[in-house]
Amino acid sequence: MNFAVLQFPASNCDQDAVHVLRNVLGHSARLLWHKEHSLGDADAVIIPGGFSYGDYLRTGAIARFSPVMQAVQNFAAAGGLVLGICNGFQILCEAGLLPGALIRNRSLQFRCEHVFLKTMTTDSPFTNRVPPGQLLRVPIAHGEGCYFADEATLEQLRAGHRVLWTYVDAKGEATEAANPNGSLSNIAGICNEARNVAGLMPHPERASEPILGCADGRLIFESLIHALQHRPAARAA
Amino acid sequence: MKAKIIVTPKKAVLDPQGKTVQNALAHMGYTGVGAVRVGKYLEIELAVSDKETARRQIDEACHKILSNPVIEDYRFEIE
Repeated sequence: MNFAVLQFPASNCDQDAVHVLRNVLGHSARLLWHKEHSLGDADAVIIPGGFSYGDYLRTGAIARFSPVMQAVQNFAAAGGLVLGICNGFQILCEAGLLPGALIRNRSLQFRCEHVFLKTMTTDSPFTNRVPPGQLLRVPIAHGEGCYFADEATLEQLRAGHRVLWTYVDAKGEATEAANPNGSLSNIAGICNEARNVAGLMPHPERASEPILGCADGRLIFESLIHALQHRPAARAA
Repeated sequence: MKAKIIVTPKKAVLDPQGKTVQNALAHMGYTGVGAVRVGKYLEIELAVSDKETARRQIDEACHKILSNPVIEDYRFEIE
């Protein structure tokens, strides 16, 4: 599979994502500068973490108007798979490809630690390989990861089974203490209505090899690859 | 012409910065301090002579990029 990993000024998890896709999972991955107008032959797009444009104005606010994001809009509209990680999630929300917004952590602290994620549904291209009931241990590193959406949007997310991951404790309970940033309903990641665009604040690319202490994040990339390998028919480019 | 824009968090959105400032003010002995909201102020120089055009442009820019309608409100003046 061919992955395009976007690169904005001040992206900083781009190389990690490429490393996991190429060297750990054995697929093709290339970096795509934000000024590009085309995604080329990409089968899926990863929008990596970082601080695109210095987080100026709002996180993701300026990146979302980069030329490459117009290509991502078209790609997503045609059913292409797009995964936004951390800053990538913020960019997807700013771009309107995902509902809601990520705001300053309730504690005002930058949180950098491992969390437990509960996968709320395996019915998505991003979660299909996660064994039911298995919690994922993945790191977070963000100051603005508090997921906010109005009540009507939250209800749509719940009703449509579009909350993909929530922050939980080691027992799998979505407690206040297990919520690192104040996200509504402990939401760590969601997908769009068509289920082909997803975003999450935690970093699966930093937890995809045992040498890093944890390889649970790999399940998310393996889900994506599984979905691409089993997609019904070739998508028109 | 100049646009003066104020962007604030919506009422329904938690504003931990505002809460922290409020607590700090109370801690410093300022009594009677109620809710504090922390927002942004932008000044934009405009090379436009028609005030109505400027208003339209700034309103569009506020909606598209300068604020996020999901979490923020904005208001502005053109001078």
